[in-house]
Amino acid sequence: MKITLYIWRQSGPNDEGKFVRYDVEKVSPHWSFLELLDVLNNQLIEKGEEPVAFEHDCREGICGSCGFMINGVAHGRQYAPEGRTTVCQLHMFRFKDGDELYLEPFRAKAFPVLKDLMVDRSAFDKIIEAGGYITVHAGNAPDGNTILIQKDIANEAMNAAECIGCGACVASCKNASAMLFVSAKISHLGLLPQGQPERKRRAQRMIAKMDELGFGNCTNQYECEAVCPKGIRKDFIGRMNRDFLFSVNTETESKDFVGAI
Amino acid sequence: MIVKRLFTTSVGRKTIVAITGILLILFIIAHMLGNWNMFLGPDAMNSYAQALHDLGGLLWVARIGLLVVFVLHVFFTIQLNIENKMARPVPYYKKEYIKASLSSRTMVLSGLVVFSFVVYHLLHYTFGVIQPETYKGNLTDSMGRPDVYSMVIFSFRNPLISLSYIIAMLLLAMHLDHAFQSAFQTLGFANKRNFPKLIQFSRAFAIFVFLGYSVIPLSVLLGIIN
Ligand code: SF4
Ligand code: FES
Repeated sequence: MKITLYIWRQSGPNDEGKFVRYDVEKVSPHWSFLELLDVLNNQLIEKGEEPVAFEHDCREGICGSCGFMINGVAHGRQYAPEGRTTVCQLHMFRFKDGDELYLEPFRAKAFPVLKDLMVDRSAFDKIIEAGGYITVHAGNAPDGNTILIQKDIANEAMNAAECIGCGACVASCKNASAMLFVSAKISHLGLLPQGQPERKRRAQRMIAKMDELGFGNCTNQYECEAVCPKGIRKDFIGRMNRDFLFSVNTETESKDFVGAI
Repeated sequence: MIVKRLFTTSVGRKTIVAITGILLILFIIAHMLGNWNMFLGPDAMNSYAQALHDLGGLLWVARIGLLVVFVLHVFFTIQLNIENKMARPVPYYKKEYIKASLSSRTMVLSGLVVFSFVVYHLLHYTFGVIQPETYKGNLTDSMGRPDVYSMVIFSFRNPLISLSYIIAMLLLAMHLDHAFQSAFQTLGFANKRNFPKLIQFSRAFAIFVFLGYSVIPLSVLLGIIN
C-alpha cells in the first residue's frame, strides 16, 4: 500500500520547523510504524537528504523512548482499538492504502523539540531526581521476601510501576500536565512498605519540581489515561493529590528522617 | 506552610477550586430547594423570603462568605488556565480528543456564561435594576411583605427572560457535569471502583439541577403556577 506522511521537520531547537510531505510506496502491513520511518530514511539517505530524526530503543513497547503524534493523537492510539500502544508497537496493518498521516513531535514547554520528531524529556528525569526514589544504605541486596507485602498491594504498586516515562500523557493533555506520570511514580513507591518513610516528602518535592518545570495543571479530562501505553489509571492522580494534601506541614519531619540515616 | 502550599502549588490551587466548587454546589442545592417554595403558593414563598431577610447580620455573613468562595473559585481557575495555556507555547497542527467529554472541554465557556448570568440575576432579583416595575421592593403582599412570589411570576411570564434563564441553567448543568466528578477526583476520593459510578452520578446530578431550576420558569409559562 501507499502511505502519505506529512512529517514535522525541524533542524534544531531554534529552527522554525515545517511539515514536509513524503510518499512511501509498497508499504508492507507487517512493518511496524518505526520500520516505515526506517524505510523512508533509507530512501532519504540514498537521495542524499537528511533522514528524519525520531527516538527509539527497545522497539518492543517497554523502554518508553519512542513516541510522537500521529494525526493528533499520541502514539497513534486511535489506530489501536484495543488500546495501550506505543508507536513501535503500532503496525502498518492498522492503516489503509492512501492514508495521509501527520507526524508531529510531542509539544510542551517542558519538552522542547530537539530535532524533527525528537523532544527533550529530561524534565521527567529531574522530577525523579527530586524524590522518585527510596533512600537505602548501600551494601548487599536484602534477601528476597524479607519484607512481606500483601498481594493486592503488590499488584497495585506494579500497576503504577508500569509507567515507562514515554511522555504521551503530557503530549495528549490539553494543559501539558505531567500529573499522570508523577502520580504513577509517587504511587508505586507510596504503596510499598519501603516507600513509606519518605512518602510525604516525596509527594511534596516531586510536585514542586513538576510545577517549577512548567508543566500545566490537570483539569481531569483523562486524555492521558486514554493514550497511556501502560494503562496507568487516572485515579492514581487522586492518590497523589491525597498524599500531597495530607503531607502538608511535614517538611521538617522528613528532613529529620534523611538526617537520621 | 499549609496555607502557602495551598495557594502556590498546582495541587494546592486545584484543591481550592475543588473545595470552593463543592461549597458552590451546596449553595446551588439550597437555592433550588428554596425556589421550590414557589409550588407551595405565595404565602410559603414570601414567608421563606422574609425569614431569610430576617436573618439580618447572619444573612450578610452568608452573602460575604459566598462572595469570597465565588471569587476564589473564579480567580484560581483563571490563574490555572493561564498557566495551562503557557505550558504548551507551540500548539499542535492537528489535535484530536479521544476521551474528554464535551462538558470538560467547554468549562471556561460554561463558567463565563454562568458568571454573567449570576451578575444579571443579582441585578434582576436582588438589586432590582432590571425590570424595576416588578421588583419585590416595589410590590407587597396582603401581609405587607415584599411580594417575591409575584415578582417571579411577572418576570417569567416574559418568554425571553424565561428562555435566557433556562439556557443559563443548561450551561450550569454542563459545568456541573464535569465539575462534580472533577472535584472529587481532585480531592482524592475517587478510586478505580467508584469512578464509573461517580461519573454517572455527576451526570445525573447535573440533569437534576437543570430540571430542578428550569421547572419554575416552565411552570410559569405553562400557567401551572400563577
Ligand atoms: S503515565 Fe503512561 S503515558 Fe505517561 S509517561 Fe507513563 S507510560 Fe507514558
Ligand atoms: S522503542 Fe521502546 S517503547 Fe517504543
